[in-house]
Parts: sequence; structure tokens; C-alpha cells
Amino acid sequence: MKDWRFWFAEQRGTFMAIAIFLMMFVIYISNHPAGFNANIVQTASNKGVLLAFVAMAQALVVITSGIDLSIGMIFTLTNCLASWLVTGSPLQVAIGVVVVLFVGALCGAINGAVVIYGRLQPIVATIATGAIYYGIALALRPTPGGTVDEILADALTGKLFGFIPASLVALLVVVLVVWIPFSRSVTGRAAYAVGSSEQAAFMSGVPIKRAKFITYTLAGLLAGIGGLFLTFFTYTGEAAYASGNAYTLFSIASVVLGGVSLMGGRGSAIGAIFGALAFRTIGDLLFVFDFDPLWQPLFQGVVLLLAVSLSAFGLLRIRNRLEWFG
Amino acid sequence: MINSSPLLRMEGVSKRYGGVRALEKASLEIWPGRIHCILGENGAGKSTLIKLIAGVVAPDEGHILLDGKAVSFASPAAANEAGIVCIFQELSLIPDLSVADNIMISDPPTRAGMIDRKQQRICAEEALAQAGAEDIHPLALVKDLPLSRRQMVEIAKALARKPRILILDEATSALTAADVTKIFAVLKRLRSDGMALLYISHRMHEIAELADECTVFRNGQKIETYKAGSKTNTEVVELMIGREYKNVFPPKPVKKSDTKLPTLQIINLSWTDRLRDISLSVQRGEIIGLGGLDGQGQRDLLLALFGVLRGCSGQVLIDGAAVKINSPTMAKSENIGMALIPEDRKTEGLMLPMSVRDNLSFAALHRISKGGIVDSAREQKLTQEMINLLAIKTANVDLAVGSLSGGNQQKVVIAKWLMNKPRIILLNDPTRGIDVGTKQELYVLLRKLADEGAAIIFYSTDYDELIGCCDRVLVLYDGKVTRELVGAEITERVLIASALNIDMEKVVHA
Repeated sequence: MKDWRFWFAEQRGTFMAIAIFLMMFVIYISNHPAGFNANIVQTASNKGVLLAFVAMAQALVVITSGIDLSIGMIFTLTNCLASWLVTGSPLQVAIGVVVVLFVGALCGAINGAVVIYGRLQPIVATIATGAIYYGIALALRPTPGGTVDEILADALTGKLFGFIPASLVALLVVVLVVWIPFSRSVTGRAAYAVGSSEQAAFMSGVPIKRAKFITYTLAGLLAGIGGLFLTFFTYTGEAAYASGNAYTLFSIASVVLGGVSLMGGRGSAIGAIFGALAFRTIGDLLFVFDFDPLWQPLFQGVVLLLAVSLSAFGLLRIRNRLEWFG
Repeated sequence: MINSSPLLRMEGVSKRYGGVRALEKASLEIWPGRIHCILGENGAGKSTLIKLIAGVVAPDEGHILLDGKAVSFASPAAANEAGIVCIFQELSLIPDLSVADNIMISDPPTRAGMIDRKQQRICAEEALAQAGAEDIHPLALVKDLPLSRRQMVEIAKALARKPRILILDEATSALTAADVTKIFAVLKRLRSDGMALLYISHRMHEIAELADECTVFRNGQKIETYKAGSKTNTEVVELMIGREYKNVFPPKPVKKSDTKLPTLQIINLSWTDRLRDISLSVQRGEIIGLGGLDGQGQRDLLLALFGVLRGCSGQVLIDGAAVKINSPTMAKSENIGMALIPEDRKTEGLMLPMSVRDNLSFAALHRISKGGIVDSAREQKLTQEMINLLAIKTANVDLAVGSLSGGNQQKVVIAKWLMNKPRIILLNDPTRGIDVGTKQELYVLLRKLADEGAAIIFYSTDYDELIGCCDRVLVLYDGKVTRELVGAEITERVLIASALNIDMEKVVHA
């Protein structure tokens, strides 16, 4: 077998996600009354990028076979924080951005510490920390309000050279600066190893704790970037409970659509990004086909179910029925 | 002289798991440039010994000295750093990573903080070549490789760490003959390079070919270390047995010549490469033992009969009629009446946090319910019968099963299946980790069930049990029935010899 075939096999989930997204996006564009133009791409990108950041964050944790149910709340908390801090003189704005991202990473680090040293199940630990983060968000913004530096906000949500969506460029930069180095580092490999078989990872002397801690921390950072962008889009902060929870659940859906195995050890954040974009496109498709937006949750559910069923075909090959139960 | 002192020395090392002593005041010396083989029966303490040296578990007492200095390893990683590398039985590979990733997992080459994949691939290819496994592509995912290739990756991974002490635990059990030849050549070269090797195997001819010295373990104790070739096979087997034989078994009935239809008959049962053309038949009232080394297909055979494995070929006949059993639900149904006492009671036998009563009822819910509602009076009566029959010691039927002792838990597992009044009872090493008293009660119970008409297949890793309980014993090796022993033929000596698949005549008459 040629080298590229192995590489392709390893990244199959990611390619599937890209294919699903492209298919849906092409259907969307070709049925759009205005056709393909820069404004439509910009709008689609701005809607998709928020979920993409949160899905990336979730993907990191899921790769270690964990799950982060506080991710939507970190997103909400950093949104509220940004609506206080990212304003004023350019220096204040810069400091504000740094503080917001730091708080996001800190939230993730706390999750990691609780999971590793508290030896709690990720699902329980992050429900609890998520509630705490939401509590803080509510204290920061009991009612929606605040403001954000509009020049920065418009620059990051507008178009570069008149046609490239700036938010998409920001996403690309984050992938290049955070995901690529992580996935190729020793720690990143350890994260995959832990997710694939923690016992084997231990026997091989892999730095398990470090891998988990850094993974959760980076997940918090990415959710923080998402929260920052939410502020840039809305110009305000809001401790919205329903929206925070929806982002958590959608991030898990995107991760699954993106070919990241919930059992851990397989998939990539790139796949999760395309999973998120595909998930967002469902709503747009309903729009161009003149469906009532009320149908959106139903269709999202159907698409998710189909995608998950595709990846469950492997179960048919299992020869020992006990392996069904992992 | 370089070889004037041992590289690693263990002194009076003990390890207990709960109440069970796995290793008792063991001592051992490992020298550079020699291959040291460890022999012993199932449960003799070999794996515990390795785990102690490799840093997986810590000793309760005693010292481990490396280069004359006392060491204690907190983790396998610490042992690796000290130059001790262990090849486990397919335990340490990460299925979703590539071969190259796995080989270099503990210390991948990096550039600017990122893994240098080109360099990593070169290193991995070198290690594969060193192990004689150039046919494995370094980019293939480990989970896509067959077992024998994975084992070769495991060996390459160990070699890539350039160890001073290399431990091989049954490392050849999954390999093809051609691979074994290659690996032996590699091991001999490593020995001449001055590496110390610790080799654990059940295969006597491998030991004869490789060993410089051998140590026999039995019941967690070191029995003897001797120079390779200084003992005959018979003497080695004697060393491995050497136990006092205590009569704790009920008398076996005199075998009547039974011409009735067998309750259970299997013809040419095969499954993947783990079971090969197995044929056997069990009569009413008969206890058939499954012998052989651990992992020769005994467990798979029981699972296949119980409908857990998919894609089995061959025929299963119950009372002479061919049946196809597709699931445990079907296996336990009235017209088949099968029960499987699983090996791991904690995961496959019991719901630990639930009560004794609930656990007892699970397999027999259809017997004690009407129209989907559990008849609690009937449940109470039947569970109490079982508790009395097996003398389960529990203060209350509503106590969580997890709070009972191991022996009593195992009784609950057995009682749970007896509630169904099974006609065919499969037992998968049911006495592992339970106390002698309970064991004895179980032996009596098994004979009683057989006398009442059950057909029993009994897999045990304890040869005494096979000798004491079984009317016939089938010895499995590599998924095949290699020998059938009847009545007086069932002796420990013959069991061990046929389990190791060594020439019978030599052992018996040498």
C-alpha cells in the first residue's frame, strides 16, 4: 500500500465531514436566490465560526475519551466578561482580550484538575463546574448589556480584501497556532494514546496526566475564543442559559458529525470544525427550501442520526458479542 | 570480568493481592549476556514477578537491586528509564495510533517541540528491521494488524528503547513459526551483545533452545534455579507440580456404560483462528473438564456454546437435535436449558451494587413473573431455596452483593443460574480467587447437580480440580483438542505434559 492510503485511512472521519459539509453547502448555494456571493459566504461563516470554535474545544476533550459539558458555559462566561473588558483605549482592549482568553483557559484548567486529581468522571465534573461558570456569568451580567470595541469587532467579523470573511481567517489562524502544533506535539500524541487505550498508554510510559490537563486547558481557551467572537458579533454580553446549553450539545453533535469517535483516540479538530459548519448549514438549507424554521431541531436530529449510523457500521463486523458493550 | 555481578537482583520479594499471596519471599538474579527462563504453572507467580520488575506494581516487602543499588519503580516509565523494558502480551500497544507512533511512543524524535515524523519513521523502520518485521508498514494503524503482526510491533517497540534488561512474557504465543525463528535469532544476537533477557514461556522446546539458566516457580515461591540442560523434562515437570495432594473432592461415581443420546454434542466447531474443529459430547450426569494452558480457546469454546460469538461454524446438537444458539437469551431458554458461570464475576456475573435477591432473580425472571410483573412471594421462596442450597452467607437478601465475600459472591453467581434449573452447565474457571472451604462446597455441589442429571463442562486452570472433579478431561492447545483423558488417566503429570504439548512417552517413561 502507498503511504497516502494509510494517511487517508487515518483521516477518513475528517474527509467524511468535509464531504458532508461541501455537499450541503453546494445545495444551499445553488438554491439560494442571490447565488454565490461574498455576503452570503460572510454570513454563513460568521454563523458557523462560533460553533466551530466550541466544537474544536469539545473535540480536544473527546479525543482523550472525556467529555466537557461546561464548554457552553465557558463560552457564555467569556462572552459576559468580554462585554465588560474589551473596550476603551487600544491598550485596554488588548489587555481585555488577553484576560478573557486567560479566564477561558483557566476554566478549562480547573476542569482538567478536577478530572485528573479529583478522579471524577468528566461528565459529572464538568456539569458541576459548568454550573459554577454560569453562576459567575450571571453575576457579571444579571441582564444583557455591556459593550465591545466596535472597530475590532467589525474588523474580525467583516471581509478582508472585500471578499474573504475575516472570521474564517481568524478560525484558520487558531487552527494553525493551536491545533496543528498540539496535534503534532508529544502531548498531543499522548492525548490520542490516552483516549485510545489508557491502560496501554500507562504501560508505555505516556505522560497521561499532562496530556489530559493540557487538553482541557486548551479546550477552555478555544471556548474562550468562541465567547470573544460571540461578543464581536452581538456587541453585548448575555448570561443566556439556554444558549450556553445549546452550544454544549451542538458541540457534541458537531464532534460526532466531524468523525471524532466518542470512544476517544480517533478524529481531529479539523473534522469537528467541518462538522460544526455542516450542522449550521442545516438551518440555512431549511431557509432556502422555505421550510418553517420550527423544523430546524427535527432536521438537525435526523442528519445527526444518519451521520452516526454511518459510523456504526463497524459493529456489524464484530465477532464476539461481548465487544458490543466495549 | 564484566559478568562478575548480576545486573538485577531480587531479595525476599513478596506481593499479596487482598488475602492471596501472589509471590512469597522470592529471590532472583539476572545476569548480562544470558537468557534466563522462568517456568511455572498457571498462577505460580510468574506474571507478578514480571510486573514487579517492570514497575507495574510495587512489592510489599523485599528489595530489587539494579547494579547493586536498591531501586523502586513508581511506574513502567520509571523502569523503562532505568533500562528495563517488558514485552507484555499485546497489552501496551495503542490501537488507534500508527505502527511508527507506537514504536516511538515513549520518546519520539522532536524538532521545535513537534514530533519529527520523517525522523520517527526512519527510527521505526530501523526497529522493525531489527526485529525482522520489515513487512509491516510503519504507517499502518495497529488496530488493523493481525495479532501476530502486533506482537512483532511490540517487540520492535521494546528494541527501539535499547534496553539493558529485556523481559519477554509469552511473547511468542501469537507468532507464526517463521516469526519465532527470526525472533530467536534476534534474541541470541542481543545476548551476545551483553543484554540480559528474562524469558517466560510455557513452550519447553523454546526454553530448551534459548535458555542459559532456568528458574521454576510454584505457588508464588521460587523452587529452584538450575543451569539449562541439567534437568530432563520429567524432572522439570516434577518441580512444577510438587504440591501435596489433598483429597477434598467427593468420590466419582463408577462409570456406567451409557448408550443414551448425549445431552450436548458438538461436531467440528470452529471460530476465527481461536477454535479449530472441536468435537465433544457430554452425557447426562457427566462432568467434562477442559484443561490446558490458559488462553488456548477454553473460554472461547464456552462463549461459543452460550451464543456469544458470531460466525461459528460446525454443529451443536442438544439431545440429538441440531440447534443454532444465537444469544445467551436463547441458550438459557427452556428447550436448551444452558447456563454459563462466567470467569469474571464482577463484570459478567453480578450487578455488584444491587441486592442478593435481585441478582439471584435476573436469569430466571421469566420463571418468577406473571404477565411481566414479578411475583414477589414466589421470588422470595425460590431465592431462599437457593440461599439454603448453596449455604450463601448473607445477613439479608436485600444486602448489596458487592458487600459479600468473594466466595459468597461466586455462590450467588452459581445460584442465579441454578434458579433456571439448567440441564447443561458451563463453568469458566469458577474457583479463581475464592477460599478453599467454598471451593470444597462447590465440588460437592457440582457432583450433586451431575447426579441429578445435569451435563457439565468445567474449565479450570487448577489441575487438581480437573483431576478431582471430572469424569473426562479434554486438553486444549492452540484452539484444538489435543488429548482426551478418561478416569485414571487424569493425573497431574499427564495433564501438564499434554498442556505443554510435549511428548507424552518421554515424560511418562523417562
